[in-house]
Amino acid sequence: MSYLQIDHASKFFPSHTGEGDVCIFRDVTIKINQGEFVTVIGHSGCGKSTLLNIIAGLETASAGGVILEGKEVVGPGLDRMVVFQNFSLMPWMTVFENIALAVRSAYPDWTPAQVAAHVNKYIALVGLKGAETKRPTALSGGMKQRVGLARAFSIEPKVLLLDEPFAQIDALTRGVIQEELIQMWNASRNTVFMVTHDVDEAILLSDRILLMTNGPSARVGEIIEVTIPRPRSREDIIEHPHYYKIRNHVIHFLVRHASHVGKGGGGSGEEQGDNEPALVTFS
Amino acid sequence: MALEVLVPEQAAGIMAKAGMLGESKQKKVRPMTGQAKGNPWLITMFLVAVFLLGWHLATLRSAFDPKGLTEEQLTLMEFNGDIVRAADGTYAWNPEKEKVKGVPGPLAVLAKAREELGEALIKKGTNDHGIAYLVLYTVSRFGAGFLAASVVAVVLGVFLGLNKVLFKAVNPFIQILKPISPLAWMPLLLYTVKDPKWTAILVVFMAALWPTLATTAFGVNSLRKDYLHVAAILQLSWWKRLYKVILPGAAPTIINGLRISFGSALVAVVPAEMLLGELGVGYLSWIEWNNLDISGVIFAILVVGCVGVLLDSGFNKLAALVTYQE
Repeated sequence: MSYLQIDHASKFFPSHTGEGDVCIFRDVTIKINQGEFVTVIGHSGCGKSTLLNIIAGLETASAGGVILEGKEVVGPGLDRMVVFQNFSLMPWMTVFENIALAVRSAYPDWTPAQVAAHVNKYIALVGLKGAETKRPTALSGGMKQRVGLARAFSIEPKVLLLDEPFAQIDALTRGVIQEELIQMWNASRNTVFMVTHDVDEAILLSDRILLMTNGPSARVGEIIEVTIPRPRSREDIIEHPHYYKIRNHVIHFLVRHASHVGKGGGGSGEEQGDNEPALVTFS
Repeated sequence: MALEVLVPEQAAGIMAKAGMLGESKQKKVRPMTGQAKGNPWLITMFLVAVFLLGWHLATLRSAFDPKGLTEEQLTLMEFNGDIVRAADGTYAWNPEKEKVKGVPGPLAVLAKAREELGEALIKKGTNDHGIAYLVLYTVSRFGAGFLAASVVAVVLGVFLGLNKVLFKAVNPFIQILKPISPLAWMPLLLYTVKDPKWTAILVVFMAALWPTLATTAFGVNSLRKDYLHVAAILQLSWWKRLYKVILPGAAPTIINGLRISFGSALVAVVPAEMLLGELGVGYLSWIEWNNLDISGVIFAILVVGCVGVLLDSGFNKLAALVTYQE
């Protein structure tokens, strides 16, 4: 059994007209290995953030569920930390307090000195030394998300859930923070589930990219293995022969509105029945 | 006006400094930027001076002139109490009767203020305490009612804000009770608690309760879900969630509610004192009216204003401690 498994999960919302339910996604099954970095890309409304919230335990699936280390996920917990798109830092707390709140919760037995040392270590890791006593209002978007990453990594969760973490950060800063994320992840090797719109970001960071078809009734259309060896850097990966193949394939999928699955593109797609997503590898 | 006659240069100078005349004189040099320049303090002082002078002139009465009056008429007027006869045989308006003739001028009010402040710490009798005591009574009465109402309203508001069903169930009561003037409760409160001291505090309590209750419930209810998500992921206990996330998160909204309650309670405390006869600055205004001492009434009004400013600035200092910027 996989480390983290989303098992035949479906989500329905009551429709606006009040007649029946709208199916956001249906029968989604994703198997993720320990230490794997998996990214989901799809158009808005395909339910990818909902899927992430279901793994986090912040929402419940209408059918199916999530299994982590052989146990079903019920409700949120410290083993699955989210990095939010809008940072979700407490504006009334300083940088230090925001991270310390998480550390104290994760390690309730620690002395204040241990907590402080741990918090300062992660503040240094994201290069925010000197900004400990600042409040989030005084920080730029990039710095805010560095705090968000530090908070998430500091509690050493089994699964890290990244919900479009760099969507609100300007393009230049985004690249820098992506590489910082790679470094931190290399050290910790958490299992990561990321949701994004950014194809380049997905290729740079992930082991596998899941492409979701359009909603309603979205599902995982294809799974692409990113066959670019690590360590990767933004500069080097674009030289790799698979980079543009993967990139073009993903964009083709998204542009075709993801209605037909497994046809076209450059990879060796193989159909695996109606509901099984096609596995695409480049070699 | 006298100001223009006496000190035209200074007046023009003040106005120019304050930016009131600048536009017309310096139009060529300074383009219109739409931004007012000048010192607002100067304008304030200028307005105060104009107001006091206007007040003084409007309430000025000419000295008593005995010309054209016979000796009998004068004796009759003196007998009537309209005028008094000094030792040197000259007549003047009776100052006691002057007090209730027309509105007193600023000098009369100033004299009254001097007199009151001079005996601020003296208790002359059961109902005649110095102004410092009266302020103390009003502030403590206000403080007790406002604090009690704030605690009750914030606690109830948090519960209602956390539970949408409960909020919907209780909301009709809040909507009906909120617009009732706190003074309307007074007869019922007086009848039930049978004690004017507590009634006055309860009137302040009723005035301060509803705005804080309604806004706290709203603030907690509309707290950004992300903060609660973070709290849920971090598995914070119920108490920690309350005082680390919910209360600080809703603090700006709660403070706004407290501010409305504060004003409402301040408005209620004066008539409560008047109607209940409880010693305080509101009572002072009424008792001076009963004494037909209009200068005293004006002095009392000014004291009420000063007490309001004092309490308000104290409140703002407290509020600044707990608000944050998003």
